[in-house]
Amino acid sequence: MEMKLTIKRVPTIVSNYQEEAAAERPRGGCGKNCLGDCCLPVSELPVYAFKANPTKLPASQEHAVPSNVFIDLLLGQWEDRMTQGLFRYDVTACETKVIPGNLGFVAQLNEGRHLKKRPTEFRVDRVLQPFDAAKFNFTKVGQEEVLFQFENGGGDDSYFLKSAPTTVADRAPNVVAINVSPIEYGHVLLIPRVLDRLPQRIDQESLLLALHMAAEAASPYFRLGYNSLGAFATINHLHFQAYYLTVPFPVEKAATQRIPLADDGMKSGVKVSKLMNYPVRGLVFEGGNTLNDLADVVSGACIWLQENNVPYNVLISDCGRKVFLFPQCYAEKQALGEVSQELLDTQVNPAVWEISGHIVLKRRDDYEEASEASAWRLLAEVSLSESRFEEVKAYIFDAAGLVQSLAEEETGEADDAIYTPVTVAPQAVTEGCLVLQ
Amino acid sequence: MESSGGAPPAEERRLLAASLTARYSDWVLEELDELPGSFLLTDPAMSGHPIVYASRGLASLTGYRPRDVLGRNARLFQGAATDRAAVAGVRDAVRCQRAHQVAILNYRRDGAPHWVLLHVAPVFHAHDGRVLHFLAVQVPIAAAPRRRAAPCRRPPVFAACREEARVEEELPCASHAGEAFVDIDKRGLETTRWLEAGEPRVASGCDKEKALSTANSIFSALNRYSKLTGLVVCGKRCDSAGIPALSSSLNLSLGRIKQSFVLTDRHLPDMPVVYASDAFLSLTGYSREEILGCNCRFLNGPGTSLEVLEEINRNICCEQACTVHLLNYRKDGLAFPDLLHVSPIRNASGKVAFHVWVHLDESIKHDFNGLSPEVWQLGAVGAVRVAVRSLSASGSLLRPSQ
Repeated sequence: MEMKLTIKRVPTIVSNYQEEAAAERPRGGCGKNCLGDCCLPVSELPVYAFKANPTKLPASQEHAVPSNVFIDLLLGQWEDRMTQGLFRYDVTACETKVIPGNLGFVAQLNEGRHLKKRPTEFRVDRVLQPFDAAKFNFTKVGQEEVLFQFENGGGDDSYFLKSAPTTVADRAPNVVAINVSPIEYGHVLLIPRVLDRLPQRIDQESLLLALHMAAEAASPYFRLGYNSLGAFATINHLHFQAYYLTVPFPVEKAATQRIPLADDGMKSGVKVSKLMNYPVRGLVFEGGNTLNDLADVVSGACIWLQENNVPYNVLISDCGRKVFLFPQCYAEKQALGEVSQELLDTQVNPAVWEISGHIVLKRRDDYEEASEASAWRLLAEVSLSESRFEEVKAYIFDAAGLVQSLAEEETGEADDAIYTPVTVAPQAVTEGCLVLQ
Repeated sequence: MESSGGAPPAEERRLLAASLTARYSDWVLEELDELPGSFLLTDPAMSGHPIVYASRGLASLTGYRPRDVLGRNARLFQGAATDRAAVAGVRDAVRCQRAHQVAILNYRRDGAPHWVLLHVAPVFHAHDGRVLHFLAVQVPIAAAPRRRAAPCRRPPVFAACREEARVEEELPCASHAGEAFVDIDKRGLETTRWLEAGEPRVASGCDKEKALSTANSIFSALNRYSKLTGLVVCGKRCDSAGIPALSSSLNLSLGRIKQSFVLTDRHLPDMPVVYASDAFLSLTGYSREEILGCNCRFLNGPGTSLEVLEEINRNICCEQACTVHLLNYRKDGLAFPDLLHVSPIRNASGKVAFHVWVHLDESIKHDFNGLSPEVWQLGAVGAVRVAVRSLSASGSLLRPSQ
């Protein structure tokens, strides 16, 4: 094995209990109402029980009613925690704007999100690392940061219980907790089987759970994201993130090109495309006869990536019917000193939300001057090269049991120059034009 | 029509009183008498736009007892040195039926000039937007520290009201609203009077707030008692003219939120309602047209706790959210126990642009699919925050002006 690659970064504080993360808290009925073995099994928490088999969603989600129980519960509980003052800042007081351009990158100025802590060293060359109970993990979170449990109700309808013992589920409960450093309003963490202390690693079951959450929200504006280690996850305890932002993300608007599949791959109904004309190369998985089918294919791809040490990010979009997968290499480049100082100075960590086009900036100048071209420049550094991407894609297909139908592949031949912003970067104005004016 | 100083005959007194009691019930007089401050109510629909109510505080400020002024036009307070421009401003506000504040030189009953901050505001019929009354609050403006006090001995000036000047101001319509209730004494324009007026005084922020707060308590009283007669009044014309139109995308986003709420614009005078949800309309019985542009106080009535209203105001001032229990009224006059959550809503620049008021009738057993009433209410707050923030970020909060 080659040398150990690390980057220094300021970790995001996702919980108010993170600061005292050392294991100084007494075990066994610790008295702090935490999510650990000491407190959680004897606690009662609200439960949202989701439908076992979400039926096909209506074709167009644009007019879906977001004011459903799930969104009411999530936003209502989140607002409640806001009135309790649990967040480190009021994210709605942070300036935000849609950057003019084709894709409509969303920029936010957040000067306070990362300032309060010293940079820590993060190993970025190992996507899978064993769970380390000594480090901060979600069992140390206080229960006031938990909004509800998220469990499979087993029936055709979802329902909500104001309070239920956490032992009702046969196994460790899945919990939805706030992120005390929210990227946007409603920013939460989905922590599958919190007591099982799973490391940050996707499997079919956890991905399916995340898809279920997107399906329950039933809003195209509620998305879940996942960062692997090495792709800007800071906590090695299995979790997804989610929030509600009622603008389309640039990646959702980007053109895609369908990858034709041989008959075998068609059985699940999952369609696979490649992002076109987007700064980060990625695959798009959508459809599937059931959520389970989609989870099978995507988790297969994720598993190959993590086992082969390729850091990646996942965006779950369109009510759980569409998943974007981005293998990335920014942290590696950063560790090897290949990222320009100019980009490093922005201190932007290109994790799933940034890659999807929602970019949190820490300096006012960067915010004021943000343009589609500058966002593009940053994200382009994240992307694998074309050749590496094709290589990885082939492995992923293999691992996920997908067979590309070679016959129709020629449609994608004019790809070479596609990864450049089209009308975005203003072409250097010729002298002649200036004189004309 | 206007007698100089003597009380009006019985029949006229009855008509003047009916102007108030027919709209706000007999009890409104007692309530108004209890309010501190010097103020008047005038009826623009009556011939001569007469004063129909004068507060107890008026006597101590001006020397005029209520019976001295009832039935007369409010211009009786003006005199020789009253600034024409200030009068024109008031007249214009009356004609345009809008609120107006101006520092103006008035005369006491004994003829002594004194500076007051005059706050004039129309009282609208909530239903059809007609102006029913004008209220006029007078707050004395203290002299700034000066070189010397102006001498103040004057013989009494009783006949300070003049009719001759108002002819050209008359509106052609049947309403007498065009009759400004201030005018200038054209007689006896002596230079000495200019001197005794002293330097024009400027009202302090404190004076202005005092005037506004008195006006608000009057509105609140009128609004409460108007419900007893089935009519509802408010301080804001109840049509959407003058309030910014929300973009269709914001209207659409807000329209998907099921809870009962209104959105008020923080930056417009008196914080008018700019959006009302369908659930709010069915809860209160008003139509959207009736309440757009109104301040939320149209829900208040007898028994609405002033302390709680004050608490809401305090929280609004310091940009805090609050949840209160309040007695409010539907359009049909029926009261309901209101669980009210008020919270500031920021736009994409992070500044407070609106307030959301989420109402819940506590007397009804609700089923929110298992959610507690509080979480259900807060869910609306969250959804409004997301809608306003997102649309504001893409620059589509308000309808582009034509």
